[in-house]
Formats: sequence, structure tokens, C-alpha cells
Amino acid sequence: MKRYLQVLWAVLWKDLRIELRTKDVFTSMAVFAVLALMIFNFAFELRVPDKSVVIPGVLWVAIIFSGVLGLGRAFISEKDRGSMAGLLLAPVDRSAIYFGKMLASLLFIFVMEAILLPLMVIFFNLNFLSWPLLLLLFLGTVGFATVGTVFSGLAVNTRTREVLLPVLLFPVMLPVLMAGIRATIGFMEGDTLADMMKWINLLIFFDILYLVVSYLTFDFVVEE
Amino acid sequence: MTLSRRLLFYWNLLALAAMLFAVYAALVMAPDAMNVDPSIRPAQRIIYFHVPAAWSSLLAFFVAFVASILNLATKRVRWDIWARAASELGIAFTVAAIISGSLWAKPAWNTYWTWDPRLTTYTIVLLLYIAYFMLRGAIDEPSRRARMAAVYNIFAFISVPLTFMSIRWWNTIHPVIVESPDNAGKFGLGPNMLNAFMIANIAFVIMFIALLANRISLGWAEERIDALRERLNF
Repeated sequence: MKRYLQVLWAVLWKDLRIELRTKDVFTSMAVFAVLALMIFNFAFELRVPDKSVVIPGVLWVAIIFSGVLGLGRAFISEKDRGSMAGLLLAPVDRSAIYFGKMLASLLFIFVMEAILLPLMVIFFNLNFLSWPLLLLLFLGTVGFATVGTVFSGLAVNTRTREVLLPVLLFPVMLPVLMAGIRATIGFMEGDTLADMMKWINLLIFFDILYLVVSYLTFDFVVEE
Repeated sequence: MTLSRRLLFYWNLLALAAMLFAVYAALVMAPDAMNVDPSIRPAQRIIYFHVPAAWSSLLAFFVAFVASILNLATKRVRWDIWARAASELGIAFTVAAIISGSLWAKPAWNTYWTWDPRLTTYTIVLLLYIAYFMLRGAIDEPSRRARMAAVYNIFAFISVPLTFMSIRWWNTIHPVIVESPDNAGKFGLGPNMLNAFMIANIAFVIMFIALLANRISLGWAEERIDALRERLNF
């Protein structure tokens, strides 16, 4: 178990260090998220009487769209620099590689959200943040990164590469998106966590189910 | 080979006969549905096509799901051919179900499209399996394609009930304007209607098996052509 965690940490730390040095993924994700806010602002400004009603949709769409940008890169650099073979040759459990990669992507998305949320509060001039909402974001993002990391591994094997990723990912992510938007609406309208438990449970179920399936299938995705 | 060829031929004949009988059952044997407006009673008979098509599509996707698991477990080409064949048929039946549903929706609810949970889920399912074939199309190497496609197929299939459930919960915030098509038909299904309904369902399953078997044998033929091409550098 200790060894497993060491491998996991090594993969995670490697990805974080690469990112800290190049800032490739993170800058594009963050800038894209802000751009999405701008675009939504113009899309809704003239026709929507109260812009705060579009916050739940804008929030989740911005996260999913900019998140997919970061997920797309998870395996591409490994493939391009040939370091994927090195990772796979290492005599370690491959699921540890998966969890390391997944946690790295998860962290990138969390940091992007940490920038996006305050900006949204400022732009929409409404403090919609609350603890239940943060829990919701946490669960939704975990599900997103769980499936996204496996699909990123699938997409990197294709000719079209990350172009295919959103097409693969979005239809599977629909329950997360719906739970996220619906419960965000609830929390903004003053519902308590107990009122929205059905959606929280759906997200927990989604996260656990796909963590298990990812754990079982990741070997086949990276196998040469 | 010759025995299975002959079996396939007779099964195809059986499927043809079953489908003809299903048409007879749906159009002649089944009485008019008395619980719907007289003007849409002829249109109501689409239920004998629509529901079996929808069920067959689920059956097809389930076969593809099982074949995908077996493919990962055994790495046999056979299961990849099965999974592809069943997914293709699933798409065909899904399109049939969506189109026949729309044709019923227009006279019954005066719209081709509603955001009904079933309808919406089916459309997402269609997108899932289109994505499956896009993934297949974007990988050249056969064994890699088989593996990647199998993984995606598993993810796709288990997402369907989650999607359906979330759409149904979502819709509870809106008033339910229309009754769902299945209930509208089933609640008033008299004995003769039920017979026709069951006949149609059985006929569709027989047809599904026939189509699947034919598509699989076509898949093997494709496989042989690819092998020959490789050998002849063609």
C-alpha cells in the first residue's frame, strides 16, 4: 500500500512539476474559462432580464468546457515525448499511474475553479457561493476528472487526438452536468443540502461507479 | 460453415415471416384503441412498431456491452465483431424508435419533439454510440481499436440509466404536460391489443437476431478481406 501511494505521488508530482515549469495547461484553461464568462455575458445580456438566473448554467458549462481543455493534454505530452513507454515499463501497478494522472488533472481543474468562482461573483455581482455549492463542485469535478482521464487516454490513441475528447466525454458527463446545474439552482434559491440530497447522492454514486470502472479498464487503455 | 449458413438462411426466412405476421397483427388483428381520440386511432398503431424498436435497441446495446467486456477479457477478434455489429444495430433501432416516436407525437401532442425523459435519453444514447463509431473510425490498428472501443462501450452503456434517471428528476421541476407515449398506449391495452403487442415484440427480437447474425458474418468477411489485403500488400 505504501509503495502504491509512492508511485501515485511520483506520477502526480511529476505532472505538477511539469505544469509549474511550463504552465501550458493551466494558463489555457484559466484564460478559456474567463473568455467563456465574457462570451456568456454577451450571449445573455440583452435578452435575459436578470443575469443571475443564468449563473448555474454558465458556471457548469464554463467548468466542463475549460476542463476538457486540460484533460486533453493529460496524455499527449507523454505520448509525444515517448515517456509513456517509460511509465508503462516501470514495474508498478498501472492503476497507480491512473490515479496519479487523475489527481493531477483534478488539481488543475480545482485551481481553475478557484479563479473562476471569484470572477463570477464579481462579474455577476452576486455572491452565490456557499458550502453546499462547494461540496457539489467538488463531487462534480471528481466525476469529471475520473472519466475524463480515461477518455483522454483513449483519445490520445486516435488520429484526431484531443479533438475527439469532448465528443466522447460530454454525453457520458450529462448526469453530472444536470445534477450540478439543478442543485446549484436549488442552493441559490435557498434550498438546504438535505433538499438537494438526491442530486448529491447521484453524484456520489456516479463518482464511485466510474472510479471503479476506470480502475478496472485503465490497463487496457494504456496497454501497447 | 455450410451448416451455419443454412441455419442463417432459415432464420432469415423466419424473421421475414415473423415481421409480416407482426404487420398483420398490428394493422388487422389489433382493435382500435378506444381510449384515444378517434382522429388519432390509426396513428396509435405505431406503438406496435415504436416500442419493439426501442426495446430491440436496448437489447442490442446490452449485447454490445457484454461483447465489449468479453473482448477485454479474452482479446478475441470475435467479440469486437459482435460489439460493432450490435452497436450498429442499436443505432439503427434507436433511430427507428426516435422517428416513429416523433411521428406519433405530432398527431397526439401536436409537436414532433418534447423534452420527455425517454425521448431525451434516447437522443443522448444516439450521440453516445455515434461517438463510439467516431472513436473506432479514428484508430487504424485493429487490436488497439478493439480495446479502446470496448472500454468506451462499457462507459457508454452504464451511463444510460444514470442519464435517464437524472433527466426524469430534472423534469419534476416542470409540470408534466404530456403523458409519456408508452403509458398512453399500455393503460388501455385490451387482450387483443396485448397479443398484437407481444407478437410485434417477439418478431422484432427474431429480426434483431437475424440482423445481428448477418452483420457478424459480414464482419468476418471484412476481417478476411483485410487479412488478404495485408498479405498481398494491396
